[in-house]
Amino acid sequence: MDLQDYFSLVFSDYTLRTITLGTAILGAVTGMLGSFAVLRKQSLLGDAISHAALPGIAIAFLITGAKESNILLLGALISGLIGTFWIRGIITKTHLKSDTALGLILSVFFGFGMLLLTFIQKQPNANQAGLDKYLFGQAATLVESDVWLMTIVTSICLVVMLLFWKEFKLLLFDADYTKTLGFNTKFIDILITSFIVLAIVLGLQTVGVVLMSAMLLAPAAAARQWTNKLSVMVFLAALFGAFSGVFGTAISASQNNLSTGPVIVLVAGVFVIISFIFSPSRGLLFKQIRVIKNRRDLHLHKTLSFMYRIAETHENISHPHAIKILNNFHGYTRGTLQKLVDKNYVTIDGTMWSLTEEGFKTAANLYNQLTKQNE
Amino acid sequence: MSKIAVKVDDLTVAYNYKPVLWDIDLEIPEGVLMAIVGPNGAGKSTLIKSILGILNPIAGSITIYGKSYAKQRSLVAYVPQKGSVDWDFPTTALDVVMMGTYGGLGWIKRPGQKEKKAALEALEKVGMLPFKNRQISQLSGGQQQRIFLARALVQDASIYFMDEPFQGVDATTEIAIINILKELRKASKTVVVVHHDLQTVPEYFDWVTFLNVKKIATGPVKDIFNDDNLTKTYGINYKVSIQK
Repeated sequence: MDLQDYFSLVFSDYTLRTITLGTAILGAVTGMLGSFAVLRKQSLLGDAISHAALPGIAIAFLITGAKESNILLLGALISGLIGTFWIRGIITKTHLKSDTALGLILSVFFGFGMLLLTFIQKQPNANQAGLDKYLFGQAATLVESDVWLMTIVTSICLVVMLLFWKEFKLLLFDADYTKTLGFNTKFIDILITSFIVLAIVLGLQTVGVVLMSAMLLAPAAAARQWTNKLSVMVFLAALFGAFSGVFGTAISASQNNLSTGPVIVLVAGVFVIISFIFSPSRGLLFKQIRVIKNRRDLHLHKTLSFMYRIAETHENISHPHAIKILNNFHGYTRGTLQKLVDKNYVTIDGTMWSLTEEGFKTAANLYNQLTKQNE
Repeated sequence: MSKIAVKVDDLTVAYNYKPVLWDIDLEIPEGVLMAIVGPNGAGKSTLIKSILGILNPIAGSITIYGKSYAKQRSLVAYVPQKGSVDWDFPTTALDVVMMGTYGGLGWIKRPGQKEKKAALEALEKVGMLPFKNRQISQLSGGQQQRIFLARALVQDASIYFMDEPFQGVDATTEIAIINILKELRKASKTVVVVHHDLQTVPEYFDWVTFLNVKKIATGPVKDIFNDDNLTKTYGINYKVSIQK
């Protein structure tokens, strides 16, 4: 099946439609919430939470002995929340920095989860096969009820976000100030964090414990490049996330044996790279172009002001001078000279140049103009 | 004797084991322009953060016009240190100033035309109206400080707490801030400023509090701003030429 087949099948084939819808909704909700995580400088929190969810999955299986995905995800949710509150506890109660706390919880919980997984694999229970799919995710296991669950959570998340938009923005920008205005910052904080945990847990089945944090961060990081408005950023992040889900699923479905989770993450990565290079205001490409252009302009102005100083000493400002004397000055190149001629600041006659009236005036006010432009 | 705007009793604050503020008693009379001075680590920011309820003190009580801060919130505005937030946050100058209206609005309710008008007026007062749609990372340090000031002005409070508003700002901003301070005093508002430049204390302020973990002295600048108190606060023999 190639990509074209996929897009013609996606509307008719039930399984394909379910998976595509699921990954799209998942991408949208994680992109949306990821914006908050990125702006709070809590990028690594997602990684810690998703790893912390693993033991919950294993314990839920050990207790119930069933592979019902909703029960396993409930286990993941509980252990993810425990991990999150331990991280907060470590940060507030000890001298440890947040990166240490995150790393600690991430590795300890993940290690414990792996231990439980290997223990489960040694059990005689025939049901145990396939629990390890939560490590890297398997979109093919998504069924309609999973998609419904995602839709409900996403809708609730959307409503809460719209209701508390003002409070979220305020807390993200200036937490202390939020407190002085009388808002319960702890409540807003717990609200945001709980939704992030919820979104991560929802994605475990599709993208897996190990790669889940990329779903949170990549769309948000890409979206930040294109806008200076929070609402637009959140919207773009949701859009990028959803597209990553759809394209990732399409690519993995059309190429056999490609695991969906990693492909989705890679597509999200491509969004990031494109955004980092091509965004008009913050992208590397246009930044570099602006730097080069500025430098050229400065060269031009330096040459002109050098000419001005020479012309100044003569009564007739258009008195011709040899081009040679410009060689003493490093800013001079043939190219700049030609540009000055194009701008009608200078005329060239053989090996001699002379400043025009206009060129003289421009050069005299050069510094003033430059400072004005930069204001 | 005029009314007491802020009263601090036996305030003690500690991070972990080390006390940052020790047994502070302080009365701030209504309508004064007060500077809080002291060396680094003296607890100046901690003091105003405790008054504003951002930090939880170990002991002591704080009242604003006789009632707790939680009840008098609408009377108080805060200008945090400029470096306390990430200025690359995706928002505009106007939007940040609008945040000053959020407290009055309360939960969930969105700002409308009335709030926008108030924000624009505040931007005008600090001379930042032409920059209202500018992304905040593209403002200079001084302009960012003026945005913070405008955000507090929008709150239309009676008492203003400012944490080092003069830090690292250019002359234009310094004059703009001074003019605002004078205007606030004319409207008989109370202003408390954490301040670092001792030379300008007599010129800008009429009250001063010397702080170094403990309160060294508080009172009118003309009475207590002298070498004796400076030496007690800064530990070294501090000589400033005080122009009276």
